[in-house]
Amino acid sequence: MIKSQLNRPHRLLAVWRDERFLRLLGQIVFLAILAAFLGYLARNMLNNLRQQGIGLGFDFLPLTAGFDIGEHLIPYDRSQSYLRAFEVGLLNTALVASLGIFFATILGVFFGITRLSSNFLIQSIARAYIEFLRNMPLLVLLIFLYTGVFIQFPRVRQAITLPGPVLISNRGIAIPWGMPADTFPLFLRILGLGILLAIGTGLALTWLGRRTGRAPLVWLWGILIFIATAVVGWFALPSAPLNLDIPAVQGLRLAGGQQLSPEFMALLTGLVVYTSAFIADVVRSGIQAVAHGQVDAAKSLGMSGFHIMRLIVFPQALRVIVPPLTSQYLNLTKNSSLAVAIGYPELFHVAGTVNNQSGRAVEVIVLVMSIYLSISLLTSAFMNWYNRRVRFVER
Amino acid sequence: MAGELTSRSGILPPPTERYTWLGWVQKNLFSTWYNALLTVLSLGLVYAILKPFTIWLLTQARWEVIEVNIRLLMAGQYPLEQLWRAWLCLHLLAAIVGLSWGIWVRGRRLVGIGLLLVPLALAAFPNIGPSVRMHLLAMDGVAVIAFGVGRLGGKSLQRTVIGAWVLYFPLVLLIIRGITSGEGLLPIVGTNLWGGLLLTFLLTVVGISFSFPIGVLLALGRRSRLPAIRWTSIIYIEVIRGVPLVTILFMASTMVPLFLPNGVRPDRVLRAMIGITMFSAAYLAENVRGGLQAIPHGQYEAAHALGLSGFQTMTLIILPQALRTVIPVLMGLFIALYKDTSLVVTIGLLDLLGISRSILAQPNFVGYQHEVFLFISLIYWVFSYFMSYISQRLEVALGVGER
Repeated sequence: MIKSQLNRPHRLLAVWRDERFLRLLGQIVFLAILAAFLGYLARNMLNNLRQQGIGLGFDFLPLTAGFDIGEHLIPYDRSQSYLRAFEVGLLNTALVASLGIFFATILGVFFGITRLSSNFLIQSIARAYIEFLRNMPLLVLLIFLYTGVFIQFPRVRQAITLPGPVLISNRGIAIPWGMPADTFPLFLRILGLGILLAIGTGLALTWLGRRTGRAPLVWLWGILIFIATAVVGWFALPSAPLNLDIPAVQGLRLAGGQQLSPEFMALLTGLVVYTSAFIADVVRSGIQAVAHGQVDAAKSLGMSGFHIMRLIVFPQALRVIVPPLTSQYLNLTKNSSLAVAIGYPELFHVAGTVNNQSGRAVEVIVLVMSIYLSISLLTSAFMNWYNRRVRFVER
Repeated sequence: MAGELTSRSGILPPPTERYTWLGWVQKNLFSTWYNALLTVLSLGLVYAILKPFTIWLLTQARWEVIEVNIRLLMAGQYPLEQLWRAWLCLHLLAAIVGLSWGIWVRGRRLVGIGLLLVPLALAAFPNIGPSVRMHLLAMDGVAVIAFGVGRLGGKSLQRTVIGAWVLYFPLVLLIIRGITSGEGLLPIVGTNLWGGLLLTFLLTVVGISFSFPIGVLLALGRRSRLPAIRWTSIIYIEVIRGVPLVTILFMASTMVPLFLPNGVRPDRVLRAMIGITMFSAAYLAENVRGGLQAIPHGQYEAAHALGLSGFQTMTLIILPQALRTVIPVLMGLFIALYKDTSLVVTIGLLDLLGISRSILAQPNFVGYQHEVFLFISLIYWVFSYFMSYISQRLEVALGVGER
């Protein structure tokens, strides 16, 4: 009887009073308005493009780019296609982002830990560093580093020589670099073998750890095994896989070694220094988030200071640190697009040039935005996976 | 025995930690041998950095580049005879801050005096014009009077002052832009003449005031039960958050004219404002969503039980609580936006950073990078640090996370 009473109103309701119908109607109206708005924008765009005589579509990508790119990781010259230019830019972004993430992490962890030092002076230096950088726009830092530091170094003829030798001039910095010899491909295979061995060792140690109940130093042993394989491989080969190339001043330019342009150095330094301040804060708050009782409990179990850090504090801090850390990595990658202001040819800078050359603003923007978007979606997918894995499982 | 345990006469109070400055040094700098070593090393490092910097600052720095260009840096090419409008905005700000201080803060005398000292210190600079000095002193006067009024008015003024804060930002825009075309009290000043710190501030203010309603709507949309609205919000938020601001500015500057009917071409400042608003709305939406999620479900149920409609529940019960909890986070967003406005140089606007670059490009100011960049980073830093201080105070005052 109750059931029939509950059902009755539904049957009697007029259709325009039915909540389900209203919801559906609301959504349809909303979508219709949205579609009309987007359609209006699209029609305007098509009209404007037609008047300017520009087509729409990605058919311009295989055309000849016709502009040079100063730095390229893959062979490139002006006779190659726009697509190739985009690839060059994307690789440059990847280069500066990965190096930036590597160094920013080291510097950030360093300042995050010194920020918690019991030594007042050290702690104050770290705090000053963090507060100074956090309240300053990255672009100001980048432009200052470029126009005020890296192109203010002495001319090539008077280049500063640091031991190494590292040559510093206003045309860039040159460092000694290994040039691949003919045994290099073989050496790469040995490195691959080293990675496999390291993973094998890690798995074996983890299995052993499960059985004995002792926490093994998986990472330490894995890395040691890898290094050992690399060293053995280096000397076992008939000739060294890499030849040392030493930079030198040659007339009006630097020659040899690895050349790092002022643009690249300014961008990398700026990104590393700026992001490290944010990472330092993430690390500090992560360590502070571990409840003090945890350390006390570990001490009362008789654990040593090193063991407390490694087994109690660190794993718990990591759970707090990793999500904001990943978003800092993502910020660094996205911020690398600011190189457009100092002229390092990463993805966005190349895209700007392509736009000027081809006049295909819409396609260029769509392409660049979707590349950045896929990078950040991949990162957040990783982050969600990680969060699920390390989530604190409560009863 | 029992008497001994319960009587308090024989028990000494716990020792209080009290030490001389020597004791402090011993505890904080030289507690162990490695701490002593670190102290010495870092003292050396600080000396090595500060010594050349101080020498440069006191003997080599040539500050005439700032002196000559101070008006450009502050207000760009805003017409000289209209500059009183910028000052008017500052006086209004001083009045509102003074009122709020009188009503809510009261104590914290040191910080208040410190704030009053800023215009005084600026007025003490030797090479500034008499009218600038007068305006700076007048700002302090206005702030002190407003403080007194706020003190006397107390709670009865609260609503008025909150309203004044809300109205302040649109009012500033109106004053700076002007109303009447041609001659009149407030002739329109074209946005192409806006520049320097003024433009930086206006971009920030516009960004935050326009992105606020959009962001709140997006946050509500993302929690909507209607899939069409929810997914539209999610797509917008995630796309915007996934791309760098420069790409959005670039899009705003090249595509906005394409999207509009033929012949309508908004100027570059307006395009930058559109881009910045689109960008910060997405971030604001995520922050507000955080606040919405923190509201316990019982609040919805209680509102439902009282017979409030969905709209009433949102506007009267949920949003006031949610927005209150996210105010400190919004301040953080405000700071980030303030710093991010510097990116408009990539589309050729002359904000504080842009105008500095164009000053440095003048032949007679080549090689003044260090002075100019030190000056503008100081400006960026001071305001940003001040805002983060306010946000920390607000966090304490609102008791976020304590209820």
